Parts: sequence; C-alpha cells; structure tokens
Amino acid sequence: MGLVDLFKKIEPDKKKSPFLHTAYDAFFTFAFTPNTTTSGKGVHIRDGMDLKRTMVIVVLALQLCYVFGTYNIGHQHFSAVGMYPGFLEGFHLKLGHGLIQLLPIFIWTHVVGLGIEFWFAAKKGHAVEEGFLVSGALIPLIMPPDIPIWILCVSVAFAVILGKEAFGGTGMNIWNVALLARVFVFFAYPTTISGDEVWVSGFESMAPGSAVDYGWAHNMLNGLFSWMNIDTFNSAAVVADGYSGATPLALAYQGGWENVTQNFTVAQMWWGTIPGSIGESPKPLILIGAAVLIATGIASWRIMLSMFLGAAFMGLVFNAWGATPFMEVPWYYHFYIGSFFFAMAFMATDPVTASSTNTGKWIYGFLIGAIGLLIRVFNPAYPEGWMLAILFLNTMAPLIDHYVLEANMKKRLSHA
Amino acid sequence: MVLASVFSISDNIIQIEAQKQGIDTRKKNMSIFPSFSELFGTPAPEYADKSTFHRLSKGFDIKLAGTAEGDVLNAEVSRYAVKPTDFRGIAPIPKLEVQEGQEVSAGEALFFDKSDPEIKYVAPVSGEVVEVRRGTKRSISHVVILADKEQRQKKNAVPSSDASREEWIAYLKGSGAWPHINQRPFDVIADPATVPDNIFISGFDSAPLAISYDHILDLRGDDFQAGIDVLNRLTEGKVFLGLDGRSGKRPHEVLLNANNVETHWFEGKHPSGNVGVQIHHIAPIRGNASVWTLKIEDVLVIGKLCTEGVYDTTRVVGITGARCKEPSIIRTLAGANLSDLLKDKLVSEDNNRVILGNVLTGDQAKGDEFLSIRSNQITVLKEGNYYELFGWLLPIKPRPSTSKTYPNFLFSDHKFDGDTNTHGEQRAFVVTGQYEKVLPMDIYPQHLMKAILTGDIERMEALGINELSEEDVALAEFSCTSKQPLQAILRDGLNMMREQA
Repeated sequence: MGLVDLFKKIEPDKKKSPFLHTAYDAFFTFAFTPNTTTSGKGVHIRDGMDLKRTMVIVVLALQLCYVFGTYNIGHQHFSAVGMYPGFLEGFHLKLGHGLIQLLPIFIWTHVVGLGIEFWFAAKKGHAVEEGFLVSGALIPLIMPPDIPIWILCVSVAFAVILGKEAFGGTGMNIWNVALLARVFVFFAYPTTISGDEVWVSGFESMAPGSAVDYGWAHNMLNGLFSWMNIDTFNSAAVVADGYSGATPLALAYQGGWENVTQNFTVAQMWWGTIPGSIGESPKPLILIGAAVLIATGIASWRIMLSMFLGAAFMGLVFNAWGATPFMEVPWYYHFYIGSFFFAMAFMATDPVTASSTNTGKWIYGFLIGAIGLLIRVFNPAYPEGWMLAILFLNTMAPLIDHYVLEANMKKRLSHA
Repeated sequence: MVLASVFSISDNIIQIEAQKQGIDTRKKNMSIFPSFSELFGTPAPEYADKSTFHRLSKGFDIKLAGTAEGDVLNAEVSRYAVKPTDFRGIAPIPKLEVQEGQEVSAGEALFFDKSDPEIKYVAPVSGEVVEVRRGTKRSISHVVILADKEQRQKKNAVPSSDASREEWIAYLKGSGAWPHINQRPFDVIADPATVPDNIFISGFDSAPLAISYDHILDLRGDDFQAGIDVLNRLTEGKVFLGLDGRSGKRPHEVLLNANNVETHWFEGKHPSGNVGVQIHHIAPIRGNASVWTLKIEDVLVIGKLCTEGVYDTTRVVGITGARCKEPSIIRTLAGANLSDLLKDKLVSEDNNRVILGNVLTGDQAKGDEFLSIRSNQITVLKEGNYYELFGWLLPIKPRPSTSKTYPNFLFSDHKFDGDTNTHGEQRAFVVTGQYEKVLPMDIYPQHLMKAILTGDIERMEALGINELSEEDVALAEFSCTSKQPLQAILRDGLNMMREQA
C-alpha cells in the first residue's frame, strides 16, 4: 500500500525525539491498524474488537448530543434576550453563537488533555492509550457554556494528571476522569458552575437589562451574515424582563413542581430546550446514545437499569415522605429535569471506574440512582447529585467488588 | 393475589427443602413452574439422559472456513518425533535412553524425566533414531525417528485381571501410557502417588474446526471399554464421560454403550467440550482434591496396551483451515512429520501460519515440525501481517468477533477465513464482564488474572485457578479487547501454584 510507505517515510527516530515518535505512533495507529500478528503461543486469531473501536463507539453515541448541545447554546442565548422564540427561528445565529462558545471548549480540552497524555506516553515509553478519546468528548458536554477557558484547562490538567496518570494511565484510574474535571471546577471555582447565572452564555450578568457580550468572532460572523444579507447579531440586545436563567432543578428546589411548570413546559424539558450544561439536556437523543451503547454491548445495561431503578425507588420514597416541595415532585418527573440520563448512559457506565463484577454492577448502579437523587433533593448548595454520587460510588466500587468476590471465594473454600 | 403468593411461597419452600436434602435444583427442576429453558430452550435430544443434561448458556463458536470432511485417508509419513515439550510438567532436559543412530521398536522407551525415572516416554514407531534436536539452553525439543518399512512392536506383558492398583500403575508407567494421563489442578502429567477423586473424559471437542471423534472410535469399542475398566481401578471415585448434547451431533455408539462410566450431557457453544468446564458442572475441584483427565485417544492408547500389550497411538487428524486446498481427515500416528502430512495440501506455501492444534490453544509450527501428542488437528491460516487503513473504525474484511459492534449476528452462518492479525495493540484491562460471557464457570477470570499478575497465591486459589487450564481461558483471550495474553498469564499462575504445593 503506497500510503503506508508514505507514512513510514516520515517516521521520527525513537531515541532522538521520543515525544515526536510517540505522537507519530499515535497518529499512525489511528490511521492504520498495525500489522502485528499473534505471538505463536496462546490464541492465533484475535477478536476484531480493540480499545480504539470500543472508545469510538462511545464518541459516536455522543454525537447527537453535540449537535443539539451546540444549537441549544444559541437557542438559550436568544431566549434570554427574548428574540427568535421559535426553536428553528434565527437558525444561523443560534448555530453561530453555539459554535463560538463550544469550539474553544472542545479544542482546549483536547489540546490540554491529549498533550498531557502524549507527554506521559513519551516519558514512560508506551503507546498513547485511547482513554482520553472518550474523556475528551465527554468533558465539553458537562461544562457550562460560559466556562472560562483557563479554568477549563486547569481542570482538565488536574483530572488527567492527578486523576489518571498518577494512577498509571488508562484502565488504572479510580475516578471517572471527565467527572473529576467537573468536580474540580465545582469545588475550586463554584461560581462558574452553579447558580442561575452560568447556564446561558453571552452575558456578563443575567440581571434583566444587562447587555449581550459579543466578541471578535461574533463581529466576524456579522460581516459574513450581512454580506449574505441575513439577520446579524444585535449587540444592542438586553436580557428580557422576567428572565431568570434558572434551570428547572433550581426552580424545583425553590418551589416544587408547580414552580417549574410556570417557567418550562414538560415537553420543553423532555426535548431539552432548557438552560443547563452543554450536552445534558436532550433526553431522547441521550436515550438513543444509550440504546446504541446497550445494543453494541459497550456499556453495561445492568448499571443503566439498576441506576434507573435506584432513582425511581428514591423518588417514590420522597413522594411518600413529602416534607418539602421538592420531595413532592412526582418521581417520574425527576427524569425530566437535570442530567439523570446523561449520567446514567455515559458517566456511570465507565467500565474502569464502575464495579467490575456483574453482581456488583447491580448494587453500584442502584446506589448511584438512590444517592444521586438524595443529593439532588437535600443539598441546598448544589441541586444536582449525579456527579457526586458517581464519584462516591467510584470510590466504593472496589469495596462492592471485594464482597462479591469474597462470596465467590467462600463458596469455593467452604466445599474444601 | 393471595392464592398466587401461597403457591409461590410453598413452591419456594419445596425448593429450599430439596436443596437441604442435597438435590441439585439446577439439574432437576423441583418447582411446579417450568424453568425458562424448559419452555424456550431447544429440547434435549431424545437419546440424551435428561437428568444429567447440562445446558451451558455462555460461550462462543468462532465459525471458521476449512472444516475437514469426507473419508479418512491414510497418510504416508517417513519420520516421526516425540517432543518432551508436548508433556506438561516435565523438566526441559529429560534423560535420554537412546542415542542417535540407534534402532528402536514401537513402544520402546526413548527418555524419562528425572523426577520419576519409572515413567517412560516411548517411541510411537519402530525405526532409527536419526536426530536428537536441541532447543534453547540444551533442552531437548525433538527425538526424531526414521520409521521402518516393516513395523516392529514391543509386546508388553499385560497384568492379570486381578492385579492390584499398584501393579496397574507400574505397568502404565513402564509401557508409555502414563504420560497420556493428565491431572487437575495444574493440568500436568498425573502424579502416580495420588489417588484421584474422579477421572474425567470429554467425549467431544467443541473447539473451532474440531473434527468429530467418530472416525477414531469406529471398530475400537473393545479398546475403549478396556481403557475405561483400567481407569476405574485407578480411582476411588467414578469415571465420568462428557457427551455431546448439541442438537444433531449424536455421539458415537461406542460412547453411548460404554459401561462403568457415568455419562453427562453438555449442550452449548465452545467451550462446552472442554473437560475443565465439564468437571466444573459435574463435580468441581475443591480444596486439595485432585482429578485426572484424558482425551478419547488417550483412553484408546491405554485400552490397547491393556488388551494386546502394544503401544498404539493411531490418530485421526483433521487438516483444517482456510489455507488448505481441500481440508481432509487423515489417519496417522502421534508425532507424524508435518511436511509429509501437508504435502500438496496448501493453497500457497508462503505466509502461512501452521498451527499444531486449533486456533485457540495450538502451538505455531516453525520449520520442520511434527504432530503434537496433545491434539488431533492441524490448522493452517494466513498470517495477518498487513496494515489496514482505519481498520478499527471501518473494517472492510469480515472478521470473527464476539462484539456486537460488528454486524456478524446478521450473517450467523458465515464462515470466516480468519488470519493472525491482532486487530489492535495490547492495553491494560479496561472492559469488564467480557471474559465471563465466554466462560461457563462460576469464576471471575479477570480478577483471577490480576491476582496472578500480583502473585497472590491464596487469592488465586480462592478464585478457582485449580479448576482451570489454558484451553478454558483461550476463548476469553480471543475476545479480550485489551489483547492480553491470558493463557500465558494463567500458566505462570499454575506454575507458581505448583512450586508452592
């Protein structure tokens, strides 16, 4: 194959420039599956499945969330100023604004994350592992659209260095890398990821009357749009009266379900045209992704199902208890607000940090569902629980596995 | 509602009571409700015994092209070899009893292991020892014999029928039969000092492209029964025979009519034919227990030695794989030369992987090689030393896979050519629950592998390493997303356990 020879010609020397060689190797194995054959001892044929394919299926399952998330950034922005209320009205402006917000987040996540991965791989002399393919695709989707880029970079660096490489790289980490990046922002820079101000982008402040905050990219697009003779970004627009920017979760915490439905319709919440983290809101699109992961066997259906059951169980308990307005939110509406499905499909199912035994997966998922809803309903500082619940259960997963394995060992030893 | 719960609770109580009385409710349905498999599973064949019928839901059949079919052909082979490396658990440099140039007759001792000089490893044919081939560090890899035109057999004096267990063991050790008996734990040549709890024989091979035992069992009913009878003298427990319960694969009459064995039926994908899996479902190895295992061919070798007193390793061998012109079945002896067997049989001489055994557990044949005593199969595949553009993302060529990301389930009858490409690089363990899907045993293979890698002997034992052999984890190694060498890891663990024991 001529292309292979072309690639092989530019291969850097491994000894002289290990970093360049690592980078080259990563891109080469990305383009071509290597020509290695089985060793002659052990199996002679190998499954067509490898880690690259496993990871890319997850990334593919996330693509609908990316498309919708990008557009929704723009849609929420214009909802705040009270322009283009229809979902498809002002299509080019919403898409343009969405891309202006998302692209820097996406690019910087990968520059920082992959850069660190490549550097560690070169230092340790092994191939670049695929773990960050998925982490890098997940991190932008769970960040607020207005996150300052430097905070994003610091959090990604923290998650990759301390959360993963310190433990030995892909497959060795204890906590979900993407969630670790988010929890770092949450504890270090809480004002950028909680409250009513951060879920809609393009404003300095969300107080009514505040002006939009457009930059050079908007001006550039304006040039293009005016040349095309279509609507342009209006920098005189201000936040409409009565607009709060609050998410359904915050509203539910303040005044129960009634308070939520005064601001958002149920259909709106289901389809995801609400403020929130970039990719968490479109429930049907996330469920399509979840279905892809289950059908291909990439993610564990046990974790997804038991997590759903755990959350439903806790929701029913709260309904029966009913001490606060939030507890009285019907249990099934808990799935409409917040990021339950995203956490269920993409976060809890990370095979490295989840429980590794099938029995353990049932326990692990159920507890995430139950504890996550507990945090959502009880924690006044932060009305969403899945991130903390998953990280907590990540910590506990080895313990769950320990007892599952103990039971198996005991069965064997008791017959001795 | 009330009535239903009364039914359900009393039904449960019956089952609890049944378990207390030691009835295995997995095998015998004590409930008034039919079990799921009784309703929807394929029914057991009518010739099978329902009470010892085991249905294994886990496993995977790798469908490869090149199944050996047709009549059994006789092969012309000039050279044979006995390979010390074929026998698990003996030292790399056994003590030779012959020298190059010496004449031997079939059944005469060639070498012995210094740990037990009474166990003889004997010649399959008569002829001249033409070569003692050495491997690394002066280990002996082959003792090659140029076969005589007229075969001479060494005739052993068979012990009388009322001989003691010790006499039988001494006879089997001296006549060359002993290395045909393996033991678990460790899957090595059986320790004659122990009395095995049970002896297990698998009556079928479920591995990819495996041939049926029918051809070798034809007209060998007496030998088989004689072998079984001798084995019964060696154990205080039972001799178990695992039979093929897969639909449309009726076992040979010799197996169906065997006496003095307890037969169990196994239905399911590979590895349902592995003796280790069958042991797990019949009488699992616990604690210090030790069991012996034999293949059908081994029972026949013992049977012939115990009736006529001659060492006869007649093999019916499948020459299989996509690189064979016409996959065929041939009759020869153990240790036959490969180049004789494969003459004019391959599509092309270049870029082949010749495997002594099946694609999962066989050894690669490099250079002038000879049939392994441990298998009845040769598989020839194409080497997979090619680059593939975006092969992990958009594979153009179909390839076998347990993963549902390949649409293989749509073409369930497709037979893959298969090649030796690794389809990816080795990585750390990432995916979980994958090995369990292809190992029908109550074992956590990934945790066991990690225990071996960390050298934790007690944990290895508790997680069930004593029940396993390489062939049992071979399918997990095939399906492993991280391309880990599980069989090699397991053997390291077994060696560690053996040194400790």
